[in-house]
Amino acid sequence: MHWEVVQKNMVYFLLGSYPHGPLGGLGLSVLLALGGIFLAFWIGILFGLMRLSKRWYVRFPSIIYIEIIRGTPLLLLIFWFYFLVPVIFKKPMPEIRTTLIAFSVFTGAYVAEIVRAGIQSIPKGQMEAARGTGLNYRQAMAYVIMPQALRNMIPSFVNQFVSLTKDTSLAYIIGVQELTRTATQVNNRTMNAPAEIFFTIAVIYFIICFGLTQTSRYLEKRLSYKTSGRMRQRDIVELKDNSEAS
Amino acid sequence: MIKIENIHKWYGDFHVLQGISEHINSGEVVVICGPSGSGKSTFIRCINRLEDIQQGKIIVEGKDINSPETDINQLRAEVGMVFQQFNLYPHITVLKNITLAPMKAKKIPKKEAEKIAYELLERVGIHEQAHKYPAELSGGQQQRVAIARGLAMRPKVMLFDEPTSALDPEMINEVLNVMKDLAREGITMIVVTHEMGFAREVADRIFFMDYGKILEGGTPEHFFKNPQHERTKLFLKEIL
Ligand SMILES: Nc1ncnc2c1ncn2[C@@H]1O[C@H](COP(=O)(O)OP(=O)(O)OP(=O)(O)O)[C@@H](O)[C@H]1O
Ligand SMILES: [Mg+2]
Repeated sequence: MHWEVVQKNMVYFLLGSYPHGPLGGLGLSVLLALGGIFLAFWIGILFGLMRLSKRWYVRFPSIIYIEIIRGTPLLLLIFWFYFLVPVIFKKPMPEIRTTLIAFSVFTGAYVAEIVRAGIQSIPKGQMEAARGTGLNYRQAMAYVIMPQALRNMIPSFVNQFVSLTKDTSLAYIIGVQELTRTATQVNNRTMNAPAEIFFTIAVIYFIICFGLTQTSRYLEKRLSYKTSGRMRQRDIVELKDNSEAS
Repeated sequence: MIKIENIHKWYGDFHVLQGISEHINSGEVVVICGPSGSGKSTFIRCINRLEDIQQGKIIVEGKDINSPETDINQLRAEVGMVFQQFNLYPHITVLKNITLAPMKAKKIPKKEAEKIAYELLERVGIHEQAHKYPAELSGGQQQRVAIARGLAMRPKVMLFDEPTSALDPEMINEVLNVMKDLAREGITMIVVTHEMGFAREVADRIFFMDYGKILEGGTPEHFFKNPQHERTKLFLKEIL
């Protein structure tokens, strides 16, 4: 085994050639995932709300977007932006920007569906009560429906983030120096430790994704405490019971 | 104050409201009863346009509520509604449940809105619960908050759709008492309920609905002692 190869290149896996060159490796993967999910969040809210509109000419574009994207592999989407954008705009776009756009457009469609489901999971009576007191549709959405819907969305949203984090490895294909690519580069250079290198990379992806899921569980719990004092009390009692039992 | 002129409503092929005409005066307390599925909820939900009608007119304070020129949000501010299932906002405190609409729809400053909210909570007898979340209150307390929330917009009319049907028996009276106080204060109320004791005590008129029509209406005395319709007699026999 040649674990020293992994050890020597650890900083490269984590940061690429940074600070002497551009950021790469895990740092770039995380940055791409964060940027992608941030943009996808707003795209998702917009198209999720449009999807629920009563007006067909608002709803329709949103349905088209969501359905097309959900029927397209992410890799293909990356290719589209990579090969088509230069043709259309007559000049190439930096690879990182290409992937970031592909990630946001792709994940945005899934987030839109999460937003739609989140809003639809709120009982109809909430909207009726809000409108019934004289709030307009926008105010009812902003102050009554969305705050509850967003809370319900957290688990699915984090799932989407985890997927995207793993999918950043697809940027490999157009030469972005993210984690998987740095690993391949090191492997091509050294040739004697593929198992060690790719095992390490797998562990890194796992740690990040596992951490995210755990954070989501924690967040879900904490937010639900705030809505219900009853639950808070019950949990305190449970905690006591547990500590007494152990 | 509320004029209802021959309204009809369909759900698809189903003719829910089959021509209702009534005048309700300012300060009047009207109780609506009738068998399940007769269209009681649908009828009062039309009065603040939570449901649309397909024929006829509803005029509230001189405004045709289904006309495109009517500002529906302003109308709804004048017609408060209390639901069977309370429908409090679970993610914010009792106080914020009450201040939300006055602050956002009427742009009343926070301080003032809170002052109104505390007064209303006092009036419905739960001012000490202002900072709790709805889930921390009993059903009866939640419904009283819902009434306070409706009153916060200073409505001229309050609609109640079976406000006590989802409550445990021991909590029904605390809600009915609040409603009786309101009735005595002279606010116009339209109440769908099967609490006939309440109807007898505070209603000016009782309507009996069946198959999407108001079969008969009259003072409680008249209604209980001298019902005209066979179906009303049957209904009263079952419920009393
Ligand atoms: N959104 C809807 N779509 C189709 N039919 C409906 C809808 N809402 C109500 N209905 C039907 O209209 C009829 C009247 O309903 P409504 O809720 O007004 O009755 P109700 O008198 O309030 O009855 P209950 O005492 O059970 O509350 C019922 O037969 C019901 O099934
Ligand atoms: Mg009903």
